[in-house]
Amino acid sequence: MTTLSLTAARTWSRLPRRHVPVLATGVLLLVLYGVGVSQYRAFSNVQVIFNVFIDNGFLLVVAVGMTFVILTGGIDLSVGSVVAMTAMVSAFLLGRGAPAALVLLVALLIGPTLGFLMGCVIHFFDIQPFIVTLAGMFFARGMCTFISDSSIPITDGFWTRMSQERIGDPSGNFVSISVLIAFVVVAVAAYVLAYTRLGRNVYAIGGNAQSALLMGLPVGRTRIAVYTISGFCAAIGGILLSFYTLSGAPLIAVGMELDVIAAVVIGGTVLTGGSGYVFGTVLGVLVLGVIQTLITFDGSLNSWWTRIVIGGLLFAFILLQRLIGIRYK
Amino acid sequence: MTGSQPVLTMTGISRSFPGVRALDTVDLRLFAGEVHALMGENGAGKSTLIKVLTGVYGVDSGTVTLDGAQVSFTGPMQATSAGVSTVYQEVNLCTNLSVAENIFIGREPRRLGAVRWGEMRRRARALLARLDLDIDVNAQLGSFSLAVQQLVAIARAIDIEARVLVLDEPTSSLDAGEVAQLFRVMRQLRDEGIAILFVTHFLDQVYAVADRITVLRNGRLVGEYATRELPQLSLVEKMIGKELRVLERLDGQPRAEVAATAGVPLLDARELGRRSAVAPFSLTIHEGEVVGLAGLLGSGRTEVARLLFGADRADHGELRVRGTPTALRSPVTAIDRGVGFCSENRRAEGIVPELSVRENMILALQAARGWLRPIPRRRQDELVERYVQALSIRPADPDVPVANLSGGNQQKVLLARWLITEPRLLILDEPTRGIDIGAKTEIQRLVAQLSDGGMAVLFISAELEEVLRLSHKIAVLRDREMVAQLTNDSSVDADRIMRVIAAGATFEGVPS
Repeated sequence: MTTLSLTAARTWSRLPRRHVPVLATGVLLLVLYGVGVSQYRAFSNVQVIFNVFIDNGFLLVVAVGMTFVILTGGIDLSVGSVVAMTAMVSAFLLGRGAPAALVLLVALLIGPTLGFLMGCVIHFFDIQPFIVTLAGMFFARGMCTFISDSSIPITDGFWTRMSQERIGDPSGNFVSISVLIAFVVVAVAAYVLAYTRLGRNVYAIGGNAQSALLMGLPVGRTRIAVYTISGFCAAIGGILLSFYTLSGAPLIAVGMELDVIAAVVIGGTVLTGGSGYVFGTVLGVLVLGVIQTLITFDGSLNSWWTRIVIGGLLFAFILLQRLIGIRYK
Repeated sequence: MTGSQPVLTMTGISRSFPGVRALDTVDLRLFAGEVHALMGENGAGKSTLIKVLTGVYGVDSGTVTLDGAQVSFTGPMQATSAGVSTVYQEVNLCTNLSVAENIFIGREPRRLGAVRWGEMRRRARALLARLDLDIDVNAQLGSFSLAVQQLVAIARAIDIEARVLVLDEPTSSLDAGEVAQLFRVMRQLRDEGIAILFVTHFLDQVYAVADRITVLRNGRLVGEYATRELPQLSLVEKMIGKELRVLERLDGQPRAEVAATAGVPLLDARELGRRSAVAPFSLTIHEGEVVGLAGLLGSGRTEVARLLFGADRADHGELRVRGTPTALRSPVTAIDRGVGFCSENRRAEGIVPELSVRENMILALQAARGWLRPIPRRRQDELVERYVQALSIRPADPDVPVANLSGGNQQKVLLARWLITEPRLLILDEPTRGIDIGAKTEIQRLVAQLSDGGMAVLFISAELEEVLRLSHKIAVLRDREMVAQLTNDSSVDADRIMRVIAAGATFEGVPS
């Protein structure tokens, strides 16, 4: 009896536990898609999937940055505001007639600079990431309304082209340039996490920061780097959002950081750090996107149902992580 | 060997912490091709000296020279790259990463900045083969036992082309076979010309492997000796700096006759068990009885303790306290019934490092009274004073944060916490692990006293001698099953228990 149960436990432990959450998300995504296809004929159209990417490309990019932060066991609440601030600054500068290249440069510098500063505060003063990035969130949001308290439209040629350019196949399916940029970000991030020292240090710190320090790993530098990366991803996300909406609005992307965190966690990254994959984050964003699409297809449901479903899923996935954590012991 | 220049010299090292002078002009010399044991009681300054050596702490005064050149490491990374590698008592690796990665992280083989995973695994396998360790280098480190993790930590340390290897109590969680394997590795590395600094509490191990011994006491250097010129008894004397009478008295005194086992037992476990933790077992504990739990690491000793304390819930059998069936749903119920539990893992599960000695001691009693009825300060002072004295806790200042105390003294604070609540049954899980011989003896004497005073004790220890010395009854565990219960009379000795552990229940008739 005892022997049997022990053997069973051992067999269980041979399963690749760190892959279980990602697998679960993959299965969930297939189920959701299956439900969509069985309910609505148009759902099987490839463009539906492409649209999910088009609508959520900026979310994906920001979620990739957040994955770095959560892998170290931290959190970045500022990303939604940084996205908004980047879009605002772009719209404002373009409205003043600044050239597109310069605007891009400035906009892409703001996020990582703020991220770097927050990372320094977190590291050097040993302050909870939660509170530091909360301060960053208020600051960035405040800067948005400081620039303008109403929406600024973008009419710049480059922006309009990026917004309207369709990259498609002969059958008429297409994606936007934003989607391609998001894919590049995902690929680079996956490579960095799997094949560079920075990436491996991220996992080590998330596993046990104290040990990482004693193993001689550059803990402080890595910590600051992940918040800088998250800020940079938020800046790219902000640019992509301004491509998508062709405007900058002070109250856009409010609460987006929470969607991003939900996507990362549903994608199988453990909130305490040390375990997770960028690929999981892609799946997590897709799950969110497919749920939205399902609710749009239904037509009769309030869009807030998206939130209710995401809430339920988030809860389920955190429970799953906890269960795996116990087995893991 | 003799006459050669030391590889590493530490001279006149001093270092203070708030309220504690941890090191006072200490010297240390390490020679190539030698195993050098660093000995001393808890609080002697061993850990601090090592942390100074590896650059974790700076020094107030004193110099460190490596190969004749003065060095001042600012951190473990710098020490490591200069050839001074350390394996700490608690395995400092990342359990979420693979074995191969734990060995190589920070200096992975790379091509154009990209980690070469295949090459890394190949080299990890080769390195582990040198240590006779045949494990899957792709598996997560956390899926292996602490002993294997320790060897992986050593593999990491020696791969860094170490000139000096510091092993800080590497054996405290290894079983005999694993210790032998470690020693083989240590001798091999020594013969390759590495200077090894070996910190341990096990005297036998020092004499088995060390060539030279440095003894510290209370942060001061007692002396440096060649192992073969220092008999074991004088080593102990130098370490504790007092006569050995205490030790001998306890040694010479067989435990009192079996406590009265008539009447209703204090605790009566009947077929108590929990799936995948420990098979159903039956055990009775009477007032004033010391029950020892013997067994190898991972045999289920701690699991039994956790069931009896309600830290884990049993899914089989029943538990009676004074004859009344009781379901221990949580430790709170157990504490209510007069059970105290000193955890094996004092860092993670017992001590609150930021709180003072006083606050740590009062914690359990205050919890039992409820937080709305604070214990008057005067009463606190009385209690704390009494136990600081009784357990000779050093420094004897109740307002020092516990983090500043040495391991042995932290253990005593933890013990005091439970003693203050005056439990009927005290569960002690490895109360003497990783602490020095003086503190060990004191704790053993205390257990004997408590039991004479009517308290029941469940005593868990990896050291058979200790279990034999203290227990009235010994329950032996093997592979998460209670295989025997022996009344501790003259017929029971370490050999017999080891045979039981080795053979299981087949040889011994077990009255249950």
